[in-house]
Amino acid sequence: MGEPTTKIGGSTRRSEDKRFLTGQGRYTDDINMAGQTYACFVRSPHAHARINSIDTSMARDADGVLAVFTGEDLANDGIGGLPCGWQIHDVSGEPMAEPPHPLLAQGKARYVGDHVAVVIAETKQQARDAAELVDVDYDMLDAVISPAKALESGQPLVHDEVPDNRCYTWELGDSGAADEAFERAHHVTSLDLVNNRLIPNALEPRAAVASYSPGEDHYTLYTTSQNPHLARLLLSAFVLNLPEHKVRVVSPDVGGGFGSKIYPYAEEATLTWASKKIGRPIKWTAERVESFLSDAHGRDHVTRAEMALDTDGRFIGMRVDTKANLGAYLSTFASAVPTILYATLLAGQYTTPAIHARVTAVFTHTAPVDAYRGAGRPEATYVVERLVSQAARDMGLSQAEIRRRNFIPTDAFPYQTPVALNYDVGDYDATLTRAEELADVAGFEGRREEAQKRGKYRGIGYSTYIEACGLAPSNIAGALGARAGLYEAGEVRLHPTGKVTVFTGSHSHGQGHETTFAQIVSDRLGIPFDDVDVVHGDTDRSAFGMGTYGSRSLAVGGSAIVKAMDKIIDKSRRIAAHMLEAAEADIEYDDGTFRVAGTDKSLSMAEVAFSAYVPHNYPLEQLEPGLDESAFYDPTNFTYPAGSHICEVEVDPDTGRVEIVNFTAVDDFGNVINPMIVEGQVHGGLAQGIGQALLEGAVYDAESGQLITGTYMDYTMPRADDLPSFRVDTCNTPCTHNPLGVKGCGEAGAIGSPPAVIDAIIDALRPLGVTDLEMPATPLRVWQAIQDAQGRQVA
Amino acid sequence: MNVSMTVNGRSVTADVDPPTLLTEFLRDHLGLTGTHVGCDTGQCGSCTIHLDGRAVKACSVLAAQAEGARVVTIEGLADGNGDLHPMQAAFREEHGLQCGFCTPGMVMAAVDLVNTYPNASDTTIRENLEGNICRCTGYENIVRALKSGAAGMGDQGNG
Ligand code: FES
Ligand code: FES
Repeated sequence: MGEPTTKIGGSTRRSEDKRFLTGQGRYTDDINMAGQTYACFVRSPHAHARINSIDTSMARDADGVLAVFTGEDLANDGIGGLPCGWQIHDVSGEPMAEPPHPLLAQGKARYVGDHVAVVIAETKQQARDAAELVDVDYDMLDAVISPAKALESGQPLVHDEVPDNRCYTWELGDSGAADEAFERAHHVTSLDLVNNRLIPNALEPRAAVASYSPGEDHYTLYTTSQNPHLARLLLSAFVLNLPEHKVRVVSPDVGGGFGSKIYPYAEEATLTWASKKIGRPIKWTAERVESFLSDAHGRDHVTRAEMALDTDGRFIGMRVDTKANLGAYLSTFASAVPTILYATLLAGQYTTPAIHARVTAVFTHTAPVDAYRGAGRPEATYVVERLVSQAARDMGLSQAEIRRRNFIPTDAFPYQTPVALNYDVGDYDATLTRAEELADVAGFEGRREEAQKRGKYRGIGYSTYIEACGLAPSNIAGALGARAGLYEAGEVRLHPTGKVTVFTGSHSHGQGHETTFAQIVSDRLGIPFDDVDVVHGDTDRSAFGMGTYGSRSLAVGGSAIVKAMDKIIDKSRRIAAHMLEAAEADIEYDDGTFRVAGTDKSLSMAEVAFSAYVPHNYPLEQLEPGLDESAFYDPTNFTYPAGSHICEVEVDPDTGRVEIVNFTAVDDFGNVINPMIVEGQVHGGLAQGIGQALLEGAVYDAESGQLITGTYMDYTMPRADDLPSFRVDTCNTPCTHNPLGVKGCGEAGAIGSPPAVIDAIIDALRPLGVTDLEMPATPLRVWQAIQDAQGRQVA
Repeated sequence: MNVSMTVNGRSVTADVDPPTLLTEFLRDHLGLTGTHVGCDTGQCGSCTIHLDGRAVKACSVLAAQAEGARVVTIEGLADGNGDLHPMQAAFREEHGLQCGFCTPGMVMAAVDLVNTYPNASDTTIRENLEGNICRCTGYENIVRALKSGAAGMGDQGNG
C-alpha cells in the first residue's frame, strides 16, 4: 500500500475517511432545514406521448399538499430550459440542432421518466401519494430507441423541428488521405462495434434541498453536484434568470458521480424556483428507480471501423463511422462526448498517418446520454484496440508485436496526431513491457494448456490505450464550441497562527482531494499536513471553480493551487527579507524555511505568516498585510495518461461463463502525489470497465421504449465476486506542461479495460471458431456465440 | 404506533406511522444519518446495520419489527472512547473506501462476516459481500480491509 508519509509521493491515509467511517459524512439527503417540505416528480410512463392536459386538482386537494406545478407554471414565469454547454457544427457548417430542454415537459413527454409535474407536500409520503393523483391525459405516440433506426425516414420524430432526428453530422481528419491509404493497403481489418449503453449508478442517488430567504433575497441549493460553481452559473444565467451573486450552491459530501453528477438537472432547478414560490425549503431525493430513468446515461455508440495495414503490419489508415445516441434531449456535454472527446483519440498510441472519422449524433426516445467515466475516450479506445487486436490476428502477428511496430516512439514527442491532438510525452513500450512482465505473459501458453485439461478455454487480451485529461485550453475549446471556460481556481490562505486553509473549485466525490491537495500544500509550504484544511464544494467559500470531471482535478485544480502557493512564497520572501534585514535576492526558500544565503539566519513560513497579520516589523510601504493568495490556471494542453492493460480469462464452454483470472494494468499517470489513492482510482475504473465488458447494459424495449433494466435486479452491477484481484503498477513520464507534472488517473481503468476483456474472450474461443463478441459478454451471449460458431463450422 | 428499541446502547421510544422503515426511523427520527439508502429493492446494502448482533438491511425492516431489539449503527460501532473499531481502522488503512456512501453498510456487513467466518478466504469474503454494492473501489481494497480488520478484531478478542 506504500508508506503513509505526508510528502508528495507518500501514501498518506485519507483525512476524509474518519468522518465517512463513523457515519459523520454529510451527504445532501442528510441535510434538513427548518420548515422543510418534500417534492415528488410526476414522470412520464410513456416513451413518447402528447400531453393533452394535466389535471392537478385532486393532487392539490390531497392531505399535506402545498403546491403542484407543471411546465405551464414554469413557462408563465419565463423559466428557461437546460442549456447545452458545447455547440458542435454540422458538416454543412450549420450549428447543431438544439431543441429546447424544458425542466417540466411542455406539450410532449419524450422518454420514460421525463419530468411532467412536481408535487410539494409536508411529508415525503404525502408528496408521493399526491403525485399518484396528478391526472395526465396522454396520447401515446410511437417511439424510436435505436439511433440507426431513428435516422431512417418515416420514423417518429423526437423533436418535430429536427428532421431525421439528426442533431449533427461531424467529421474530423483528412478523408482523402484516409481513402488513399485504403486504396494501397495490403490488408484491411473491419469491424462493426456496439459500445453498450451504461447507467452510471453512483451509489448515492441524486438529491437536492433548495431554500429561499426573502430577507436577503437569497437562494441556497444543496445538491449532489460534481461542480457546484458550474451549476450556479448555468442555473442563474440560463435557466432561472437569477442574480448569480444571490445564489449559493453547496455540494457537500457526494457519494460518487462518474460524470452523472456534472450536469444541472431539471429537479434541482425546479426546486430552486419553487422554494421561492412556496416560501419554504424543499427537499427531493431520487429513488433508485428515478436514478435509472433520469440520470444521464453513458456510451451507446454504433460504429463501423476499418484499419488499413501495409505488408509489415503498419497502420497506414483508419476510417470510422459512428452513430451516437444522445437520448431525447441534449444534456450539458452530450454534444462534445462523441466528437471532441472521442474522434480526437482515434490515433491511440500509434503513428497511423491518415484517420478520418464521421459521427452522426441522433435523438431517440430515451434518457439523455452524456459523459460517463471516460466519456468518449472509452468508446475511442474500444474502436482502436478492437481493430488493432483483430488486425494482429488477421496478420498473424502477436498482440505485443503489432503494437510495438506502430507505437509512437519516445523520441517523436511532442507528437502531432492527424486528429488534432498534440501528445506531449509518453513511453508506450515501457508500460507494455512492464505489463507483460507483471501478467507473466511468458507463462500464458502453459496456463492455457492446463486450463484445456480442465475443459476450460483460456485467453489473453491486450489494450494499450491513451486518453486525454484536463480538457483545455479555454480559447481553443471555445473555438471548438465550448460555451464555458476550462480553467480552475484555487486559493491558499495562511492564518496568523501558521495554519492553512486551501479553497479549491475542484470537487471531491470519492477522489480524496482533502488528502492529496493537503499533501501538495504541506510539502510545498513546509506546514504540517494536519495543519492544512482543504475546502471544496461551496460557492460561498471557494471563489470560483469548474468542478471535477475528465480527471482534471489535480492537473488543473492542483496547478491553480501551486500557482497560488507561488504567489504566497513570493510575497513571503519579501516579508522575510525585511524581517531578516537582507536583500530579497539573498533569501533562499526551502521546505518552509526562508534563509539568508550563507548564514544561519532564518524564518519559518509560520513566523512570516504571523508577521503578515501582525505587521509590526513589516515593509508596509511596499506590501499589503495578509497572506492569502488566489490563482486561476488555464492549461496549455490536455494531459495524456496512457497504459497497457492485459486481461486473462477462462471460459466455461458449457455455460458461457467468463471468469477473469488475471487483470494487469500498468499506467503512465505522470507524477503521482499519493500512490494509494491512485491505485484505488485504477481499481474503481477497472471495475466499471469490466462491468461494461461483462455485466452492464441498459436495455430499452425497442417498441414501447420502456427501460427494461431499471433496478438492481435487472441491471447487473459488478459485485465483489464478479471481479478479480488486480495487478496494478505505473511507469510514469511526467507531464511537460503543468507545474506538478501530473496527468490524471480517474478514468483510465474504465477506458483501457473493456477491449482487453473482450479480446481475451475472443482469444480464448478462437479454437471454437468465435471471431467476434458484443458487450456485455454475458454467459448467454458467450454461449450463443459458441453455438453459432460451431454451427458455422458444421455448415 | 409506539416503538421502543435500544439503538447504540441508548433506549429510544417514538411514535411512528406503521409503514415507517427502520432506515427512516434511524435517519429521520433519530438523526442517525450514517445509515444510507442507495436503492429501493433491498440490493445495495448501504443501509446495513446490526439487529440483535446480525447484519440486516434496515431498508427491508419496518421500525415496528425492531420492537425490543438491540440495534447498532455505524455511529455506535466503535467503543466510544474516540478509537475506531478495528474494522473501521482497517478500511482507512487499506483505502477500502472512496466516496464513503457504501462504507457504513460495508463496514457493518464486514464485522458480521468476520464474526461468522473468522478466517474467511478471499473467495468466501467476495461471495459473502454479494449483498453490498460499492461503485467506487472495485472491492479489491475492501477485501484487503476485511482481512486486516478480521485480524484486528481477533487481537481485540471481540466482534
Ligand atoms: S438501501 Fe439498498 S439495500 Fe437497503
Ligand atoms: S466508496 Fe463509493 S460506493 Fe463504495
